[in-house]
Amino acid sequence: MNVTKREISGVTVLDLKGKITIGVGDVALRDAVQEAVNSGATKILLNMEGVGTIDSSGIGEIVSAYTTVTNRGGKIKLCALPPKVADILQITQLITVFDVLDDVDEGVQSFQ
Amino acid sequence: MPAFNVADVHLSIDSQFENIELVQVLLEDSLQRLHLDEDSRYWIGIAIREAVANAIKHGNREDPDKQVTVRVRVVEEVLTIEVEDQGEGFEPTEVADPLAPDNLLKPDGRGIFYMKRFMDDIDYSFGPQGGTLVTLRKRLGERSADTEEEREDGR
Repeated sequence: MNVTKREISGVTVLDLKGKITIGVGDVALRDAVQEAVNSGATKILLNMEGVGTIDSSGIGEIVSAYTTVTNRGGKIKLCALPPKVADILQITQLITVFDVLDDVDEGVQSFQ
Repeated sequence: MPAFNVADVHLSIDSQFENIELVQVLLEDSLQRLHLDEDSRYWIGIAIREAVANAIKHGNREDPDKQVTVRVRVVEEVLTIEVEDQGEGFEPTEVADPLAPDNLLKPDGRGIFYMKRFMDDIDYSFGPQGGTLVTLRKRLGERSADTEEEREDGR
C-alpha cells in the first residue's frame, strides 16, 4: 500500500492506496499514522478512496490509529469509503465508532 | 443443470504473510471457474485470507519452517476450503465476540468473525500431533440458480 501525506487547512490527510492487509498495508498505515502523530498532527483524515482490500488486520490498524490519536487528544476521521470497506466496517459495528465523511473536502470541513 | 466443476487445488506455503497473496491469486482463478459473481468471489477471498493469516500468525507463529496447507474442492455443489497449520491448536469457545462493547475497540479478534460472516459454515478440527484444520464451506446452488434465471431473462 502507498500512503501519501498532505496538509489541507491544518488537517493532515493521509491518502491510502492499495491493500491494507496483514504484514503489508497494515504496517504502512501504522507507520504513517505514528509519523503524523509524532510530528504533532492532531487532526488526521484517512482518505480511503484508493483502498481495494482490507482485512481484519487492516481494520485492527484503523482501530489502533483511532485509539492512539484519541488518547493524545487528537481526532482521526475516515472519508471516501469504497462500498466493500464500508461493508466490512458496518458488520463489525465500527462504522458507528468512527466519524465517516463522504470525501476529502467534507472531511477537512468537518474539522473546522 | 449448472456445472460446478473445478479442479481440486492443493498447495502448501511457508508461513510468511506475503504468501497470502500467492494463495489469493491461485484461488481467484478457481473461484472464477465456478462462475461466482464478483462480490461473492471478493468475500470468499477475504475469508480465505483470514484463514491463512490465522494459520500463519496464530497457528505456526510465523515460523517459516512450518507450512500452511490449503485445499479447495467442490463436493455436491458445496465449495469447501480447508486450511491447515502445524501449530498447537486453540480453543474455539475462548474466542471473544468482537461485537461485545468491551471488545469493539480491540485491534484484533475479528478474523474468525469475518470468516463466519462470509461463508455458510466453518468448523475446526485438531490433529492428535497438533495442528489446526479449519474448514470453510459455501453452498453454490442458490447463486448459480439465480445466475441461470438471469441468463434466461436476458438480464
